[in-house]
Amino acid sequence: MSPASSIPISLKINGRKHGFSAAVCDTLLDVLREKLGMAGTKKGCDMGACGACTVLAEGRRIKSCLALAASCDGRSITTIEGVGATDKLHLLQAAFIRHDALQCGYCTPGQIMSALALLDEKPADLESIREGMSGNLCRCGAYPNIVAAIAEVAGL
Amino acid sequence: MSGHSFQYARAADVHDARIQASTPGAAYLAGGTDLLQLWKSGAMTPTAVVDISRLPLGDVEFVDGQLSLGALARLSDVAAHPDVRRHHPLIAEAILASASGQIRNMATVGGNLLQRTRCPYFRNEQLACNKRKPGSGCGALSGESRQAALFGTSPSCVATHASDLAVALAALDAEVEVFGAEGARRVSLRDLYRLPGATPEHETNLVPGELITGVRVSNATRFTGRSTYLKIRDRASFEFAVVSVAAALQIENGKILSARLAAGGVAPLPWRLERTEAALTGRALDSQTIAAAAEVAVAHARPLADNGFKVALLRNAVLRVLQTLGSRP
Repeated sequence: MSPASSIPISLKINGRKHGFSAAVCDTLLDVLREKLGMAGTKKGCDMGACGACTVLAEGRRIKSCLALAASCDGRSITTIEGVGATDKLHLLQAAFIRHDALQCGYCTPGQIMSALALLDEKPADLESIREGMSGNLCRCGAYPNIVAAIAEVAGL
Repeated sequence: MSGHSFQYARAADVHDARIQASTPGAAYLAGGTDLLQLWKSGAMTPTAVVDISRLPLGDVEFVDGQLSLGALARLSDVAAHPDVRRHHPLIAEAILASASGQIRNMATVGGNLLQRTRCPYFRNEQLACNKRKPGSGCGALSGESRQAALFGTSPSCVATHASDLAVALAALDAEVEVFGAEGARRVSLRDLYRLPGATPEHETNLVPGELITGVRVSNATRFTGRSTYLKIRDRASFEFAVVSVAAALQIENGKILSARLAAGGVAPLPWRLERTEAALTGRALDSQTIAAAAEVAVAHARPLADNGFKVALLRNAVLRVLQTLGSRP
């Protein structure tokens, strides 16, 4: 394939197909937010450190700020918009509210997406949850409550 | 868009990849976790990105005692692989001490080995760095040197290599499979990297376009049950090593038949502790031997103004891993 500066991209996001053209330098995060208007996924550091941009790619958590959209072509992506519904929260979302696992809420979509994937990895204890969530920073410091919310859903 | 623009092309196969990446200014894209950070910070300015992420190089296999890791195997898949966990727990331990769950799902074996050195001067385009801009000077040498290396440095560069996996693989005498213009070749992991000397911008002995296709570890199951990875860092998780040590011992009839130790965070490449290995071989793993082996690990360290604490840290890390291995039944 010859080099290109713009590229047609097809993504399956939350079960729905999206076809569009994007600059080859666009990250998945920027495409989600700016091109597709899905602003639930947040931009924090934009350098892979804070985890606010966490989404699932083929069911596995990744940092969308470090993924080139062009490289994700054809993949299946799950964002926070695909989790729960306004009238029926996901178990994990309900647990976050119950445990007061947020203050400002900016990191919460990333925390939820990361924790969803962590639950699939079946954390054995609280320490595994802390370690498993180290890729998500919370500037408000709600960590104990985040861990408690995840632990409840994990049955720990 | 975060950085300057580049051309993008998807490689159809390894031949196509090599040809496309041979052009000056081209960079390979696999997991992207290092390249995108460097591109956003201006430390790397590729004119073309060759996406190899779809090439069929992701397999992990264990056949006849030999472990093969595809260059595009994701770190999380390698660490979770049953044969890696059973026969090479050192590799799984080192990977699980790296980065975060999200990054391990993206980062690949080849990309991890080729990640650029960690140095604040390299990653900030405002600061002097011979690696990023040859001839501009080494800011760390006379500036903030807490992260700097103890071994293998030059007046041009004191940066450290940050891969945990590479430290484990160096201890296990891994080989790297490389595909280039002359076809496929194998190099020992130690020969993949080069010391900075006067040309720190060249971190490896790969020529432009050469592609890592896999990593092989042979005959290292003799260390199973007697290996460990210790990573000392500024916080408990999602942080680079200040000092790390991978150690693997083969002990028979109370004597150390062979010893393999490598250190991370202390050199521009994974640093084999050969003097320590020699001080262990043929001896019993008693406290006297352990103390002597730890002492020689730091014998030739050359600390700068801010990183002298790494000397004691490395010595004690070697002590600790040997004590840990000695306490196992």
